[in-house]
Amino acid sequence: MSTVGVVQFPGTNCEQDVAWAVKVLGGESEMLWHGDATVGTADAVVIAGGFAHGDYLRTGAIARFSPVMEAVAEFARAGGPVVGICNGFQILCEAGLLAGALQKNAGLKFRCETVDLRVETTTTVLTSKARTGQILRIPINHFEGNFVCDEGTLKGLQENDQIVLRYVDNPNGSLDDIAGICNEGRNVVGLMPHPERASEPILGSADGAVLLGSLL
Amino acid sequence: MNSYEARIEVGHRPGILDPQGGVIERALPALGYGNVSHVRVGKSIRLAVEASDEASARAQVEEMCRKLLANPVIEDFAVELVEIV
Repeated sequence: MSTVGVVQFPGTNCEQDVAWAVKVLGGESEMLWHGDATVGTADAVVIAGGFAHGDYLRTGAIARFSPVMEAVAEFARAGGPVVGICNGFQILCEAGLLAGALQKNAGLKFRCETVDLRVETTTTVLTSKARTGQILRIPINHFEGNFVCDEGTLKGLQENDQIVLRYVDNPNGSLDDIAGICNEGRNVVGLMPHPERASEPILGSADGAVLLGSLL
Repeated sequence: MNSYEARIEVGHRPGILDPQGGVIERALPALGYGNVSHVRVGKSIRLAVEASDEASARAQVEEMCRKLLANPVIEDFAVELVEIV
């Protein structure tokens, strides 16, 4: 059985949802406190959503310097699976573990709704049990989910098949409809949508289960 | 040691969409200012730093910008130093 380490910063607010979803899917979880430079006994790490350190200065800008992030970076360098959801995606970009950055939504609207996502690649730690082209209904809940990067970086992401999920109908102005990307090693994935909030039918969709299930 | 006030401007890099600038640019014509373009919104950060001289202060503040105050993926920064006497 896999143990998922769920990173908790001051201001993180989705860690219990992730832990619950992992439990529903048959895994175990342990909380990883931001001040401790360790990922414990985790087989995989999820950086959950929220507003780490109040998102002051920029989303993820302060969180990336937390002791736990050194351990997460080391775990990722060794090939360990790391997934950042929403604020976790922003933190992974700030930490340089993923390319690009997430800025304010085009239109300056906070978007909170369930959207359709298309799985673009299955050779990542988050999509190994999904099908390429599969459409997933998963909620988004963010003000800063507008993925940006320079042209060279975008070309690299496209050519290396690092775009993991795309929005079917772009809600936030994200470059190339990007909802999630991975690193070159394909073991670090960031996505703005919340698969943990679509992990069982009572939540309105269980489409996120295939993603978190891939991680277990 | 000398004290310097650093006046730091953080803005979007050229070519990076600035959603706030866009909204303001569309709002100003409604107030009768049809002659406005190139609106960009950034951040202004002030801090005091002690250093042996201005070059040292500048080097340290620019390092702070690269490490924390700006995100080089999407932002540029400019530093102005004023000696506090």
